[in-house]
Amino acid sequence: MSDQEVQTDILKIEDLHVSVGGKPILKGVNLEIRRGETHALMGPNGSGKSTLGMAIMGHPGYEVTQGAVWINDENILEMGPDERARRGLFMAFQRPVAIPGVRLADFLRHATTNVRRPERREGEELLPMREFRKELREKMAQLRMDPEFARRYVNEGFSGGEMKRAEILQMAMLRPKFAILDETDSGLDVDAVRLASQSIAEIGRSKMGILIITHHDKLLENNVPDKTHVMLGGRIVETGGPELARELHANGYDRIRADHPEAAAEEEAMRQDGALQKAM
Amino acid sequence: MTATKITPSGFTDEAFEAFLAAREEPAWATQQRREAWQAFGRMEWPKSDQEEWRRTDIRMFRLEKYQPPQPVSAEAELPPALLAEGVQLGGRTASLNSQTVVSELDPSLAAQGVLFGGTEQILREHGDLLRPYFGGPAFAMGHDRFSALHGAFWSGGAVLYVPRGVRVAEPLHVLAALTDEGVDLSRITVVMEEGSEATLLTETAGGGKLAFHCGAIELLLAPGARLRFVSLQHWDNTVWHFAQQQARLQSNAQLQWTIGALGARLAKVNQEVILCGEGANAQVNGVMFTEGKQHLAYHTLQQHEAGNCTSDLLYKGALQDQSRIVWRGMIKVDPGADGTDGYQRNDNLMLSNHARSDSIPGLEIEADDVRCTHGSTTSRVDEELIFYAQSRGLTRREATRMIVSGFFQQVFDRITIDSVREALGEAIGRRIREYRDT
Ligand SMILES: Nc1ncnc2c1ncn2[C@@H]1O[C@H](COP(=O)(O)OP(=O)(O)O)[C@@H](O)[C@H]1O
Ligand SMILES: [Mg+2]
Repeated sequence: MSDQEVQTDILKIEDLHVSVGGKPILKGVNLEIRRGETHALMGPNGSGKSTLGMAIMGHPGYEVTQGAVWINDENILEMGPDERARRGLFMAFQRPVAIPGVRLADFLRHATTNVRRPERREGEELLPMREFRKELREKMAQLRMDPEFARRYVNEGFSGGEMKRAEILQMAMLRPKFAILDETDSGLDVDAVRLASQSIAEIGRSKMGILIITHHDKLLENNVPDKTHVMLGGRIVETGGPELARELHANGYDRIRADHPEAAAEEEAMRQDGALQKAM
Repeated sequence: MTATKITPSGFTDEAFEAFLAAREEPAWATQQRREAWQAFGRMEWPKSDQEEWRRTDIRMFRLEKYQPPQPVSAEAELPPALLAEGVQLGGRTASLNSQTVVSELDPSLAAQGVLFGGTEQILREHGDLLRPYFGGPAFAMGHDRFSALHGAFWSGGAVLYVPRGVRVAEPLHVLAALTDEGVDLSRITVVMEEGSEATLLTETAGGGKLAFHCGAIELLLAPGARLRFVSLQHWDNTVWHFAQQQARLQSNAQLQWTIGALGARLAKVNQEVILCGEGANAQVNGVMFTEGKQHLAYHTLQQHEAGNCTSDLLYKGALQDQSRIVWRGMIKVDPGADGTDGYQRNDNLMLSNHARSDSIPGLEIEADDVRCTHGSTTSRVDEELIFYAQSRGLTRREATRMIVSGFFQQVFDRITIDSVREALGEAIGRRIREYRDT
């Protein structure tokens, strides 16, 4: 079979509008990611990057008021977050939550079973314990994680870096088709970022479509983006290649704001709105 | 026998005499019953203006609907026992509507002097041995009409007696089962002589429509004895459950008492641990799950009579639907019980906005140099946790179950019997529906 004959999976975000608590945050986002591609998403704080990820993953607090998100020919907005995960979607969260009393290994065994066997029904067998443990140990070794870590409760008492590493571990086990990595480099020291960058590249080799949300360029070292998108005021205002990521990392967003005054005004309005809400 | 004996209905003087006439037991035991029956006659049903019954409404309970325990038909089937599954047992008993129908003990244990079997049988065969213990202090606490009723009409249940220094390695199991509209007045008595060791798993099951349990548990630990005791209340959600339960620990005795409270329409339980001898140690674990309109009220007491004892109680409950859990805990430290270390804690997880929990910890300290702490929490299922788990492919229900099992993990970690942990976890897991914020 030649490459042309393989139908590549595609994640397509179409004119997406999202509100949080009745407040419009995303105002028409368009984005297309094919499996095997790496995209970087950059933008100042509060521009709506996490909101985009949360809406794609299906967080109930993020209300889609217009638009669609497709995986191939299915509009995933009609699915719950678990169904989306089973279709091959994954998000490494900027701020993962802790699940007290639930061991990471048990949690992941359940998750891995469901995602790898999307047709599994509740109560049916989980992946065999021995195989699962073996694979988990291997993946943890690759990420230089202490195997004891799997016995700890999900994210409970984890340091910022441990949490991010645990998110990458989960991605490695779940082998998604599309992954959104939301500031997975924050909270990691230089060595850990390099390791994360390498791991993501390695996992991505199995033809994953990746959306990397970041402020830095370290994570992109081993994951050179096919495309770089810049978000401002709830819209993607510019798309370029890897050189755009480098430029933004070096010079910040002033040039972007100057070139896109309308979005910059939106950003300012959102910021004031946020400040107002905090003050109240 | 072909003639059908007509038993007088209800719990009347007539019924009581007929009940006594049909029994074979030591005269002193019968005398205990008569005293209890007289007390029953003098007493009134508890009222809602009594602090202990303020939150537990029993106006719908009608004793007239029930009969003293009746012989059961031979073909009546026993419900399955959760705690015995896959466990190598040293012995077991089972009763149906207060009538013992199974009684087995490993001969090698019997040869070491261990007594285990239906209460009536052990009382008949070893009455003199049991006399100092049986119907003792736990029943003297009989502060209400239910315990008096039990004292008069108790039947079935089991006795475990472990002689000095004997270690029973394999767990023993007691099942009390009820049929529709049945009555269970069973009594469990455990006597652990000096330095002995045992594990006893007890559970209840069945009840169909409108059954009634009024029982008692008494655990007596001589110096240095060690007992792991499990009582799983797993009746159908239709059963009225009233119980008096007490453990008394002599010096350096050790008790791990695990309570599972899953069943019953309404349960009112008094669980008391009395530390009578220096250096005794009691750990109490409670795992509760309620749904529908279940109402479970547990009143616990940790009484430190002697110094340098430890008591550590952790009750955890998850509540679904419109159910309610009441926990009222008390640590009492008597004058002179210096060096006491007492702890009590109750955590509840609400799986519905219509459930209700009341946690009322209490301390009464009359000694110096003691360390007593208590606490309680009530929390809700956090939607963010559900979303996180769902984003990893777990269904909403699986996510709910995982969060609830995580909630119980802290108490499960304390239970040292694998099969008990597993059985409790599975029984709860089966009942959890997906969480909705309603
Ligand atoms: N859960 C939320 N509750 C309230 N406001 C939110 C929430 N999530 C995002 N927002 C608001 O949406 C805007 C975009 O936030 P976010 O998507 O987190 O930006 P970024 O990830 O680009 O920093 C901000 O104004 C923020 O205050
Ligand atoms: Mg963000």
